[in-house]
Amino acid sequence: MPASTLTKHRATVRSTVVLKAIMAITGLVMIGFLLAHMAGNLWVFAGREEFNDYAHHLRTLGEPMLPHKVLLWALRIGLLLSVVLHVYSAITLWKRAHVASARKGGTRYHTSKGQRGVQRSYASFTMRYGGIVITLFVIYHLLHFTGNQIHPGGASSSPYDRVVNGFEIWWVWLSYVIAMVAIGLHLRHGLWAAAASLGANTSPRRRRQLNTGAITIAVVITVGFLLPPTLILFGGIS
Amino acid sequence: MTGSGDTSKDMDLKLRVWRQRGPKDDGAMVEYDVPAVSPDMSFLEMLDVLNERLTLEDDDPIAFDHDCREGICGACGVVINGIAHGPEVTTTCQLHMRSFTDGDVIDIEPWRSGSFPVVKDLVVDRGSLDRIIQAGGYISAPTGTAPDAHAVPVPKDDADAAFDAATCIGCGACVAACPNGSAMLFTAAKITHLGLLPQGQPERDSRVLDMVGQHDAEGFGGCSQIGECTAVCPKGISLSTISRLNVDLLGALRSTYAK
Ligand code: HEM
Ligand code: SF4
Ligand code: FES
Repeated sequence: MPASTLTKHRATVRSTVVLKAIMAITGLVMIGFLLAHMAGNLWVFAGREEFNDYAHHLRTLGEPMLPHKVLLWALRIGLLLSVVLHVYSAITLWKRAHVASARKGGTRYHTSKGQRGVQRSYASFTMRYGGIVITLFVIYHLLHFTGNQIHPGGASSSPYDRVVNGFEIWWVWLSYVIAMVAIGLHLRHGLWAAAASLGANTSPRRRRQLNTGAITIAVVITVGFLLPPTLILFGGIS
Repeated sequence: MTGSGDTSKDMDLKLRVWRQRGPKDDGAMVEYDVPAVSPDMSFLEMLDVLNERLTLEDDDPIAFDHDCREGICGACGVVINGIAHGPEVTTTCQLHMRSFTDGDVIDIEPWRSGSFPVVKDLVVDRGSLDRIIQAGGYISAPTGTAPDAHAVPVPKDDADAAFDAATCIGCGACVAACPNGSAMLFTAAKITHLGLLPQGQPERDSRVLDMVGQHDAEGFGGCSQIGECTAVCPKGISLSTISRLNVDLLGALRSTYAK
Protein backbone atom coordinates (compact mmCIF):
# COMPACT_ATOMS: atom_id res chain seq x y z
CA MET A 1 0.00 0.00 0.00
CA PRO A 2 1.48 3.40 -0.93
CA ALA A 3 2.41 5.59 2.01
CA SER A 4 -0.09 8.33 1.18
CA THR A 5 -2.99 5.86 1.24
CA LEU A 6 -1.79 4.49 4.54
CA THR A 7 -1.73 7.98 6.06
CA LYS A 8 -5.23 8.63 4.81
CA HIS A 9 -6.43 5.37 6.29
CA ARG A 10 -4.72 6.17 9.59
CA ALA A 11 -6.84 9.33 9.67
CA THR A 12 -9.93 7.18 9.22
CA VAL A 13 -9.01 5.28 12.39
CA ARG A 14 -9.79 8.51 14.25
CA SER A 15 -12.87 9.29 12.17
CA THR A 16 -16.29 10.27 13.48
CA VAL A 17 -17.55 6.78 12.61
CA VAL A 18 -14.92 5.13 14.81
CA LEU A 19 -15.61 7.59 17.64
CA LYS A 20 -19.29 6.71 17.43
CA ALA A 21 -18.46 2.99 17.54
CA ILE A 22 -16.40 3.63 20.69
CA MET A 23 -19.30 5.58 22.23
CA ALA A 24 -21.69 2.81 21.35
CA ILE A 25 -19.57 -0.02 22.82
CA THR A 26 -18.66 1.86 26.00
CA GLY A 27 -22.29 2.98 26.34
CA LEU A 28 -23.49 -0.61 26.09
CA VAL A 29 -20.93 -1.71 28.72
CA MET A 30 -22.30 0.96 31.07
CA ILE A 31 -25.87 -0.10 30.34
CA GLY A 32 -24.93 -3.69 31.23
CA PHE A 33 -23.65 -2.39 34.54
CA LEU A 34 -26.77 -0.30 35.11
CA LEU A 35 -29.06 -3.30 34.56
CA ALA A 36 -27.10 -5.41 37.07
CA HIS A 37 -26.95 -2.53 39.56
CA MET A 38 -30.67 -1.88 39.26
CA ALA A 39 -31.52 -5.53 39.80
CA GLY A 40 -29.15 -5.66 42.80
CA ASN A 41 -30.84 -2.69 44.45
CA LEU A 42 -34.13 -4.55 44.51
CA TRP A 43 -32.61 -6.69 47.34
CA VAL A 44 -33.61 -3.82 49.59
CA PHE A 45 -37.14 -5.22 49.44
CA ALA A 46 -35.88 -8.50 50.93
CA GLY A 47 -34.87 -6.77 54.18
CA ARG A 48 -31.89 -5.37 56.09
CA GLU A 49 -29.99 -8.65 56.45
CA GLU A 50 -30.31 -9.69 52.82
CA PHE A 51 -29.43 -6.28 51.41
CA ASN A 52 -26.33 -5.98 53.61
CA ASP A 53 -25.32 -9.46 52.52
CA TYR A 54 -25.70 -8.45 48.89
CA ALA A 55 -23.62 -5.29 49.41
CA HIS A 56 -20.96 -7.32 51.16
CA HIS A 57 -20.98 -9.92 48.42
CA LEU A 58 -20.14 -7.28 45.85
CA ARG A 59 -16.84 -6.87 47.64
CA THR A 60 -16.16 -10.58 47.93
CA LEU A 61 -17.30 -11.39 44.39
CA GLY A 62 -15.09 -14.03 42.78
CA GLU A 63 -13.61 -15.26 46.11
CA PRO A 64 -12.00 -17.59 46.88
CA MET A 65 -10.87 -17.99 43.25
CA LEU A 66 -9.67 -14.39 43.29
CA PRO A 67 -8.31 -12.34 46.19
CA HIS A 68 -10.62 -9.99 48.14
CA LYS A 69 -12.15 -7.18 46.02
CA VAL A 70 -10.15 -8.12 42.90
CA LEU A 71 -13.19 -8.70 40.72
CA LEU A 72 -14.86 -5.58 42.12
CA TRP A 73 -11.82 -3.53 41.18
CA ALA A 74 -11.59 -5.14 37.74
CA LEU A 75 -15.20 -4.12 37.13
CA ARG A 76 -14.52 -0.64 38.49
CA ILE A 77 -11.51 -0.17 36.20
CA GLY A 78 -13.47 -1.48 33.20
CA LEU A 79 -16.27 0.93 33.98
CA LEU A 80 -13.94 3.85 34.56
CA LEU A 81 -12.23 3.16 31.24
CA SER A 82 -15.65 3.09 29.54
CA VAL A 83 -16.65 6.38 31.13
CA VAL A 84 -13.38 8.04 30.10
CA LEU A 85 -13.54 6.80 26.49
CA HIS A 86 -17.25 7.62 26.25
CA VAL A 87 -16.85 11.16 27.51
CA TYR A 88 -13.67 11.74 25.47
CA SER A 89 -15.51 10.71 22.28
CA ALA A 90 -18.56 12.76 23.24
CA ILE A 91 -16.50 15.92 23.72
CA THR A 92 -14.52 15.37 20.50
CA LEU A 93 -17.71 14.86 18.48
CA TRP A 94 -19.39 17.80 20.20
CA LYS A 95 -16.55 20.11 19.16
CA ARG A 96 -16.67 18.81 15.58
CA ALA A 97 -20.44 19.23 15.39
CA HIS A 98 -20.10 22.78 16.69
CA VAL A 99 -17.74 23.75 13.87
CA ALA A 100 -19.70 21.80 11.25
CA SER A 101 -22.97 23.49 12.15
CA ALA A 102 -21.62 26.98 11.50
CA ARG A 103 -20.59 27.36 15.18
CA LYS A 104 -24.19 27.62 16.30
CA GLY A 105 -25.28 24.00 16.76
CA GLY A 106 -28.97 23.18 16.51
CA THR A 107 -30.09 26.83 16.41
CA ARG A 108 -28.00 28.01 13.49
CA TYR A 109 -30.96 29.35 11.53
CA HIS A 110 -32.28 32.82 12.27
CA THR A 111 -35.88 31.82 11.97
CA SER A 112 -37.71 30.91 15.15
CA LYS A 113 -39.69 28.31 13.19
CA GLY A 114 -38.84 24.65 12.81
CA GLN A 115 -36.33 24.64 15.67
CA ARG A 116 -37.60 21.29 16.91
CA GLY A 117 -36.81 19.74 13.57
CA VAL A 118 -39.15 17.52 11.63
CA GLN A 119 -39.23 14.31 13.65
CA ARG A 120 -36.44 14.28 16.24
CA SER A 121 -37.09 12.97 19.74
CA TYR A 122 -36.84 15.12 22.85
CA ALA A 123 -34.22 12.70 24.11
CA SER A 124 -31.97 13.45 21.13
CA PHE A 125 -31.82 17.12 22.18
CA THR A 126 -30.64 16.33 25.69
CA MET A 127 -27.79 13.86 25.05
CA ARG A 128 -24.95 16.25 25.78
CA TYR A 129 -26.45 18.24 28.65
CA GLY A 130 -27.98 15.05 30.03
CA GLY A 131 -24.50 13.54 29.95
CA ILE A 132 -23.20 16.38 32.14
CA VAL A 133 -26.09 15.91 34.60
CA ILE A 134 -25.33 12.19 34.75
CA THR A 135 -21.60 12.83 35.40
CA LEU A 136 -22.38 15.20 38.29
CA PHE A 137 -24.89 12.72 39.66
CA VAL A 138 -22.40 9.83 39.55
CA ILE A 139 -19.88 11.85 41.61
CA TYR A 140 -22.57 12.75 44.18
CA HIS A 141 -23.82 9.19 44.25
CA LEU A 142 -20.36 7.70 44.82
CA LEU A 143 -19.72 10.12 47.67
CA HIS A 144 -23.09 9.19 49.15
CA PHE A 145 -23.18 5.40 49.02
CA THR A 146 -19.80 4.05 47.99
CA GLY A 147 -17.43 6.40 49.78
CA ASN A 148 -19.83 7.28 52.61
CA GLN A 149 -18.43 10.85 52.72
CA ILE A 150 -21.85 12.48 52.66
CA HIS A 151 -24.69 10.94 54.59
CA PRO A 152 -27.95 12.82 54.55
CA GLY A 153 -30.30 11.42 57.18
CA GLY A 154 -27.52 9.99 59.32
CA ALA A 155 -24.32 7.98 58.86
CA SER A 156 -24.25 4.23 59.33
CA SER A 157 -21.91 1.36 58.59
CA SER A 158 -24.90 -0.65 57.40
CA PRO A 159 -25.53 -0.07 53.68
CA TYR A 160 -29.23 -0.80 54.25
CA ASP A 161 -29.55 1.91 56.90
CA ARG A 162 -27.65 4.39 54.73
CA VAL A 163 -30.10 3.79 51.92
CA VAL A 164 -33.18 4.05 54.13
CA ASN A 165 -31.91 7.09 56.08
CA GLY A 166 -31.08 8.87 52.83
CA PHE A 167 -34.29 8.34 50.95
CA GLU A 168 -36.53 9.29 53.84
CA ILE A 169 -35.53 12.87 53.00
CA TRP A 170 -37.61 14.35 50.15
CA TRP A 171 -34.82 16.30 48.46
CA VAL A 172 -32.50 13.30 48.36
CA TRP A 173 -35.30 11.38 46.69
CA LEU A 174 -35.94 14.28 44.29
CA SER A 175 -32.28 14.52 43.29
CA TYR A 176 -32.34 10.83 42.40
CA VAL A 177 -35.56 11.25 40.44
CA ILE A 178 -34.00 14.04 38.36
CA ALA A 179 -30.88 11.98 37.73
CA MET A 180 -32.80 8.83 36.78
CA VAL A 181 -35.02 10.74 34.36
CA ALA A 182 -31.84 12.18 32.80
CA ILE A 183 -30.42 8.66 32.48
CA GLY A 184 -33.72 7.40 31.06
CA LEU A 185 -33.69 10.06 28.35
CA HIS A 186 -30.00 9.48 27.62
CA LEU A 187 -30.61 5.78 27.18
CA ARG A 188 -33.78 6.23 25.13
CA HIS A 189 -31.74 7.89 22.37
CA GLY A 190 -28.40 6.28 23.28
CA LEU A 191 -29.54 2.67 22.96
CA TRP A 192 -31.11 3.24 19.58
CA ALA A 193 -28.09 5.23 18.39
CA ALA A 194 -25.62 2.65 19.65
CA ALA A 195 -27.46 -0.13 17.82
CA ALA A 196 -27.64 1.91 14.62
CA SER A 197 -24.00 3.05 14.86
CA LEU A 198 -22.93 -0.58 15.12
CA GLY A 199 -24.94 -1.54 12.04
CA ALA A 200 -28.24 -2.89 13.39
CA ASN A 201 -30.49 -0.43 11.54
CA THR A 202 -31.04 -2.40 8.38
CA SER A 203 -34.48 -1.13 7.30
CA PRO A 204 -37.18 1.38 8.27
CA ARG A 205 -39.03 -1.46 10.00
CA ARG A 206 -35.95 -2.40 12.00
CA ARG A 207 -35.57 1.28 12.93
CA ARG A 208 -39.03 1.24 14.54
CA GLN A 209 -38.25 -2.00 16.37
CA LEU A 210 -34.93 -0.69 17.69
CA ASN A 211 -36.61 2.48 18.94
CA THR A 212 -39.32 0.48 20.71
CA GLY A 213 -36.62 -1.65 22.33
CA ALA A 214 -34.66 1.44 23.40
CA ILE A 215 -37.73 3.03 24.99
CA THR A 216 -38.60 -0.20 26.81
CA ILE A 217 -35.14 -0.70 28.32
CA ALA A 218 -34.88 2.99 29.25
CA VAL A 219 -38.20 2.83 31.09
CA VAL A 220 -37.26 -0.43 32.85
CA ILE A 221 -33.97 1.07 34.08
CA THR A 222 -35.51 4.37 35.20
CA VAL A 223 -38.48 2.78 36.99
CA GLY A 224 -36.35 -0.04 38.41
CA PHE A 225 -33.92 2.40 40.01
CA LEU A 226 -36.70 4.61 41.35
CA LEU A 227 -38.76 1.85 42.99
CA PRO A 228 -36.69 1.45 46.19
CA PRO A 229 -36.20 5.19 46.92
CA THR A 230 -39.87 5.94 46.23
CA LEU A 231 -41.17 3.16 48.48
CA ILE A 232 -38.79 4.28 51.23
CA LEU A 233 -39.95 7.90 50.99
CA PHE A 234 -43.59 6.93 51.16
CA GLY A 235 -43.01 4.62 54.10
CA GLY A 236 -43.10 1.22 52.44
CA ILE A 237 -39.70 0.30 53.88
CA SER A 238 -38.02 1.41 57.09
CA MET B 1 -49.94 34.59 -13.12
CA THR B 2 -51.94 35.09 -16.28
CA GLY B 3 -55.08 33.54 -17.55
CA SER B 4 -56.55 31.41 -14.82
CA GLY B 5 -58.74 34.33 -13.83
CA ASP B 6 -59.48 33.20 -10.30
CA THR B 7 -57.38 35.69 -8.41
CA SER B 8 -59.43 35.15 -5.26
CA LYS B 9 -57.06 32.35 -4.34
CA ASP B 10 -53.99 34.56 -4.75
CA MET B 11 -52.01 35.16 -1.61
CA ASP B 12 -50.27 38.15 -0.11
CA LEU B 13 -47.08 36.99 1.52
CA LYS B 14 -44.30 38.50 3.53
CA LEU B 15 -40.82 37.06 3.00
CA ARG B 16 -37.86 37.38 5.32
CA VAL B 17 -34.83 36.55 3.20
CA TRP B 18 -31.18 36.15 4.13
CA ARG B 19 -29.23 38.83 2.22
CA GLN B 20 -25.44 38.64 2.19
CA ARG B 21 -23.37 40.51 -0.39
CA GLY B 22 -20.43 38.14 -0.39
CA PRO B 23 -18.55 35.50 1.59
CA LYS B 24 -17.07 38.08 3.97
CA ASP B 25 -20.24 40.12 4.49
CA ASP B 26 -22.14 39.64 7.77
CA GLY B 27 -25.56 39.30 6.19
CA ALA B 28 -29.00 39.85 7.69
CA MET B 29 -32.65 38.93 7.24
CA VAL B 30 -34.46 41.45 4.99
CA GLU B 31 -38.26 41.75 4.67
CA TYR B 32 -40.16 41.87 1.39
CA ASP B 33 -43.89 42.02 0.70
CA VAL B 34 -44.91 39.81 -2.19
CA PRO B 35 -48.56 40.43 -3.14
CA ALA B 36 -50.83 38.33 -5.35
CA VAL B 37 -48.90 35.08 -5.39
CA SER B 38 -50.70 32.34 -7.32
CA PRO B 39 -50.91 28.99 -5.49
CA ASP B 40 -49.87 27.35 -8.78
CA MET B 41 -46.47 28.99 -8.80
CA SER B 42 -43.45 27.03 -7.74
CA PHE B 43 -41.41 28.46 -4.89
CA LEU B 44 -38.65 29.52 -7.29
CA GLU B 45 -41.16 31.20 -9.62
CA MET B 46 -42.37 33.21 -6.65
CA LEU B 47 -38.75 34.30 -6.06
CA ASP B 48 -38.44 35.08 -9.80
CA VAL B 49 -41.43 37.42 -9.56
CA LEU B 50 -39.91 39.18 -6.57
CA ASN B 51 -36.54 39.41 -8.34
CA GLU B 52 -38.12 40.99 -11.45
CA ARG B 53 -39.59 43.66 -9.25
CA LEU B 54 -36.31 44.20 -7.39
CA THR B 55 -34.49 44.55 -10.72
CA LEU B 56 -37.02 47.12 -11.98
CA GLU B 57 -36.62 49.00 -8.70
CA ASP B 58 -32.84 49.03 -9.26
CA ASP B 59 -32.41 46.79 -6.26
CA ASP B 60 -30.10 43.78 -6.20
CA PRO B 61 -32.06 40.60 -7.03
CA ILE B 62 -31.84 37.76 -4.52
CA ALA B 63 -29.20 35.23 -5.56
CA PHE B 64 -30.35 31.61 -5.37
CA ASP B 65 -29.10 28.45 -7.03
CA HIS B 66 -31.21 26.50 -9.50
CA ASP B 67 -30.80 24.60 -12.74
CA CYS B 68 -33.18 21.85 -13.83
CA ARG B 69 -36.25 23.03 -11.90
CA GLU B 70 -37.57 19.50 -12.11
CA GLY B 71 -36.12 17.97 -8.96
CA ILE B 72 -33.18 16.11 -10.43
CA CYS B 73 -30.08 18.32 -10.35
CA GLY B 74 -29.90 19.14 -6.64
CA ALA B 75 -28.90 22.77 -7.15
CA CYS B 76 -31.84 24.58 -5.61
CA GLY B 77 -32.05 23.96 -1.89
CA VAL B 78 -32.83 26.65 0.66
CA VAL B 79 -34.08 26.47 4.25
CA ILE B 80 -37.72 27.58 4.41
CA ASN B 81 -39.18 28.31 7.85
CA GLY B 82 -36.32 26.36 9.42
CA ILE B 83 -36.82 23.24 7.31
CA ALA B 84 -34.52 22.25 4.45
CA HIS B 85 -36.50 22.44 1.17
CA GLY B 86 -39.56 23.64 3.12
CA PRO B 87 -42.75 21.99 4.30
CA GLU B 88 -43.08 19.26 1.66
CA VAL B 89 -40.59 16.41 1.25
CA THR B 90 -39.33 17.50 -2.16
CA THR B 91 -36.82 19.88 -3.69
CA THR B 92 -37.38 23.63 -3.40
CA CYS B 93 -38.06 23.86 -7.16
CA GLN B 94 -40.82 21.25 -6.84
CA LEU B 95 -42.42 22.98 -3.87
CA HIS B 96 -45.57 24.88 -4.81
CA MET B 97 -47.05 27.97 -3.26
CA ARG B 98 -50.26 26.04 -2.52
CA SER B 99 -48.35 24.69 0.48
CA PHE B 100 -48.66 28.19 2.00
CA THR B 101 -51.62 30.32 2.97
CA ASP B 102 -52.55 33.96 2.53
CA GLY B 103 -50.78 36.24 4.99
CA ASP B 104 -47.94 33.80 5.76
CA VAL B 105 -44.55 35.11 6.77
CA ILE B 106 -41.93 32.90 5.13
CA ASP B 107 -38.33 32.85 6.37
CA ILE B 108 -35.78 31.87 3.70
CA GLU B 109 -32.15 31.11 4.55
CA PRO B 110 -29.21 29.37 2.88
CA TRP B 111 -27.97 25.90 3.94
CA ARG B 112 -25.83 26.61 6.98
CA SER B 113 -22.76 24.52 7.64
CA GLY B 114 -19.12 25.21 8.33
CA SER B 115 -18.39 23.20 5.18
CA PHE B 116 -20.86 25.14 2.98
CA PRO B 117 -19.55 28.74 2.90
CA VAL B 118 -22.12 31.28 1.69
CA VAL B 119 -21.22 32.71 -1.73
CA LYS B 120 -24.03 35.25 -1.91
CA ASP B 121 -27.52 35.51 -0.36
CA LEU B 122 -28.98 31.98 -0.62
CA VAL B 123 -26.13 30.49 -2.68
CA VAL B 124 -23.61 28.29 -0.88
CA ASP B 125 -20.50 26.51 -2.10
CA ARG B 126 -21.12 22.75 -1.90
CA GLY B 127 -17.73 21.80 -3.37
CA SER B 128 -17.08 19.80 -0.19
CA LEU B 129 -19.65 17.22 -1.37
CA ASP B 130 -17.94 17.00 -4.77
CA ARG B 131 -14.61 16.33 -3.07
CA ILE B 132 -16.16 13.46 -1.08
CA ILE B 133 -17.29 11.91 -4.37
CA GLN B 134 -13.86 12.49 -5.93
CA ALA B 135 -12.23 10.71 -2.99
CA GLY B 136 -13.90 7.40 -3.77
CA GLY B 137 -17.33 7.63 -5.34
CA TYR B 138 -16.33 5.83 -8.51
CA ILE B 139 -15.62 2.38 -9.93
CA SER B 140 -12.90 1.26 -12.33
CA ALA B 141 -14.33 -0.10 -15.57
CA PRO B 142 -12.98 -0.57 -19.06
CA THR B 143 -14.13 2.21 -21.36
CA GLY B 144 -15.20 1.76 -24.94
CA THR B 145 -18.44 0.23 -26.17
CA ALA B 146 -21.10 -0.14 -23.51
CA PRO B 147 -21.19 -3.73 -22.22
CA ASP B 148 -24.34 -5.82 -22.62
CA ALA B 149 -26.83 -4.82 -19.96
CA HIS B 150 -27.04 -8.39 -18.70
CA ALA B 151 -23.30 -9.15 -18.88
CA VAL B 152 -23.00 -8.99 -15.06
CA PRO B 153 -26.00 -10.48 -13.26
CA VAL B 154 -27.24 -8.50 -10.22
CA PRO B 155 -29.83 -9.92 -7.81
CA LYS B 156 -33.08 -7.99 -8.15
CA ASP B 157 -33.22 -6.88 -4.49
CA ASP B 158 -29.67 -5.54 -4.65
CA ALA B 159 -30.34 -3.76 -7.91
CA ASP B 160 -33.45 -2.11 -6.42
CA ALA B 161 -31.70 -1.05 -3.22
CA ALA B 162 -28.67 0.21 -5.15
CA PHE B 163 -30.97 2.20 -7.41
CA ASP B 164 -32.80 3.74 -4.44
CA ALA B 165 -29.47 4.88 -3.01
CA ALA B 166 -28.30 6.11 -6.41
CA THR B 167 -31.19 8.59 -6.58
CA CYS B 168 -29.31 10.97 -4.22
CA ILE B 169 -28.96 14.25 -6.10
CA GLY B 170 -26.30 15.73 -3.84
CA CYS B 171 -28.50 18.66 -2.81
CA GLY B 172 -27.06 18.88 0.70
CA ALA B 173 -30.39 19.13 2.54
CA CYS B 174 -29.21 16.37 4.86
CA VAL B 175 -26.29 18.56 5.98
CA ALA B 176 -28.53 21.62 6.32
CA ALA B 177 -30.97 19.69 8.52
CA CYS B 178 -28.46 17.78 10.63
CA PRO B 179 -27.93 19.24 14.14
CA ASN B 180 -24.33 17.99 13.89
CA GLY B 181 -23.76 19.31 10.36
CA SER B 182 -22.97 15.78 9.22
CA ALA B 183 -22.92 14.73 5.55
CA MET B 184 -23.15 11.06 6.47
CA LEU B 185 -26.46 10.41 4.66
CA PHE B 186 -24.99 11.74 1.41
CA THR B 187 -21.79 9.72 1.86
CA ALA B 188 -23.71 6.60 2.89
CA ALA B 189 -26.00 6.84 -0.16
CA LYS B 190 -22.96 6.57 -2.42
CA ILE B 191 -21.35 3.81 -0.33
CA THR B 192 -24.61 1.83 -0.50
CA HIS B 193 -25.17 2.44 -4.20
CA LEU B 194 -21.73 1.20 -5.28
CA GLY B 195 -21.21 -1.32 -2.49
CA LEU B 196 -24.32 -3.30 -3.44
CA LEU B 197 -23.24 -3.82 -7.05
CA PRO B 198 -20.65 -6.31 -8.34
CA GLN B 199 -18.89 -3.50 -10.21
CA GLY B 200 -18.29 -1.73 -6.90
CA GLN B 201 -16.56 -4.60 -5.09
CA PRO B 202 -12.86 -4.11 -6.08
CA GLU B 203 -12.74 -0.66 -4.46
CA ARG B 204 -15.24 -1.34 -1.69
CA ASP B 205 -12.78 -1.07 1.24
CA SER B 206 -10.70 1.81 -0.06
CA ARG B 207 -13.85 3.67 -1.11
CA VAL B 208 -15.35 3.79 2.37
CA LEU B 209 -12.02 4.64 3.99
CA ASP B 210 -11.30 7.43 1.50
CA MET B 211 -14.80 8.88 1.44
CA VAL B 212 -15.20 8.95 5.23
CA GLY B 213 -11.67 10.35 5.51
CA GLN B 214 -12.60 13.14 3.10
CA HIS B 215 -15.96 13.70 4.82
CA ASP B 216 -14.16 14.33 8.09
CA ALA B 217 -11.35 16.34 6.47
CA GLU B 218 -13.98 18.68 5.03
CA GLY B 219 -15.10 19.42 8.58
CA PHE B 220 -18.52 17.77 8.55
CA GLY B 221 -19.78 16.47 11.91
CA GLY B 222 -20.43 12.91 13.02
CA CYS B 223 -23.78 11.13 12.74
CA SER B 224 -25.65 10.69 16.00
CA GLN B 225 -28.65 8.89 14.48
CA ILE B 226 -31.13 11.70 14.97
CA GLY B 227 -32.75 11.18 11.56
CA GLU B 228 -33.53 14.76 10.51
CA CYS B 229 -31.56 14.12 7.29
CA THR B 230 -33.71 11.32 5.97
CA ALA B 231 -36.88 13.19 7.01
CA VAL B 232 -36.06 16.10 4.68
CA CYS B 233 -34.28 14.17 1.92
CA PRO B 234 -36.17 14.82 -1.33
CA LYS B 235 -35.14 11.38 -2.55
CA GLY B 236 -36.04 9.48 0.61
CA ILE B 237 -32.54 8.08 1.16
CA SER B 238 -32.94 5.72 4.12
CA LEU B 239 -31.13 6.15 7.43
CA SER B 240 -30.22 2.47 7.17
CA THR B 241 -27.59 3.42 4.56
CA ILE B 242 -25.60 4.93 7.45
CA SER B 243 -25.64 1.67 9.41
CA ARG B 244 -24.36 0.02 6.25
CA LEU B 245 -21.57 2.57 5.87
CA ASN B 246 -20.52 2.04 9.49
CA VAL B 247 -20.34 -1.73 9.05
CA ASP B 248 -18.33 -1.31 5.82
CA LEU B 249 -15.93 1.13 7.46
CA LEU B 250 -15.31 -0.94 10.59
CA GLY B 251 -14.83 -4.02 8.36
CA ALA B 252 -12.42 -2.20 6.06
CA LEU B 253 -10.36 -1.00 9.03
CA ARG B 254 -10.25 -4.52 10.39
CA SER B 255 -9.02 -6.00 7.12
CA THR B 256 -6.50 -3.16 6.64
CA TYR B 257 -4.99 -3.59 10.08
CA ALA B 258 -5.38 -7.34 10.46
CA LYS B 259 -2.81 -7.78 7.68
C1 HEM C 1 -24.27 5.99 32.92
C2 HEM C 1 -23.50 6.52 32.04
C3 HEM C 1 -23.75 6.55 30.54
C4 HEM C 1 -24.31 5.61 29.70
C5 HEM C 1 -24.85 4.27 30.09
C6 HEM C 1 -24.29 6.16 28.36
C7 HEM C 1 -24.76 5.53 27.21
C8 HEM C 1 -24.71 6.04 25.93
C9 HEM C 1 -24.98 5.34 24.71
C10 HEM C 1 -25.37 3.89 24.58
C11 HEM C 1 -24.83 6.20 23.67
C12 HEM C 1 -25.02 5.92 22.19
C13 HEM C 1 -23.77 5.79 21.41
C14 HEM C 1 -24.04 6.02 19.95
O1 HEM C 1 -24.59 7.08 19.63
O2 HEM C 1 -23.70 5.20 19.13
C15 HEM C 1 -24.49 7.46 24.24
C16 HEM C 1 -24.28 8.57 23.52
C17 HEM C 1 -23.83 9.74 24.05
N1 HEM C 1 -23.45 9.96 25.37
FE1 HEM C 1 -23.61 8.68 26.86
N2 HEM C 1 -23.74 7.40 28.41
C18 HEM C 1 -23.39 7.66 29.72
C19 HEM C 1 -22.79 8.75 30.21
C20 HEM C 1 -22.50 9.83 29.47
C21 HEM C 1 -21.82 10.95 30.00
C22 HEM C 1 -21.28 11.08 31.42
C23 HEM C 1 -21.75 11.84 29.00
C24 HEM C 1 -21.09 13.19 29.19
C25 HEM C 1 -20.50 13.92 28.39
C26 HEM C 1 -22.40 11.28 27.82
C27 HEM C 1 -22.56 11.88 26.59
C28 HEM C 1 -23.05 11.27 25.46
C29 HEM C 1 -23.19 11.91 24.17
C30 HEM C 1 -22.88 13.34 23.81
C31 HEM C 1 -23.67 10.93 23.28
C32 HEM C 1 -23.93 11.11 21.80
C33 HEM C 1 -25.34 11.35 21.65
C34 HEM C 1 -25.84 11.25 20.28
O3 HEM C 1 -25.78 10.14 19.69
O4 HEM C 1 -26.33 12.29 19.83
N3 HEM C 1 -22.83 10.04 28.14
N4 HEM C 1 -24.40 7.35 25.61
S1 SF4 D 1 -28.96 12.16 0.77
FE1 SF4 D 1 -30.88 13.23 0.17
S2 SF4 D 1 -30.73 15.20 1.24
FE2 SF4 D 1 -28.65 14.34 1.21
S3 SF4 D 1 -27.67 15.16 -0.63
FE3 SF4 D 1 -28.60 13.19 -1.24
S4 SF4 D 1 -30.64 13.75 -2.01
FE4 SF4 D 1 -29.92 15.54 -0.88
S1 FES E 1 -33.36 23.12 -9.62
FE1 FES E 1 -32.66 21.08 -10.03
S2 FES E 1 -33.40 20.02 -8.27
FE2 FES E 1 -34.27 21.98 -8.02
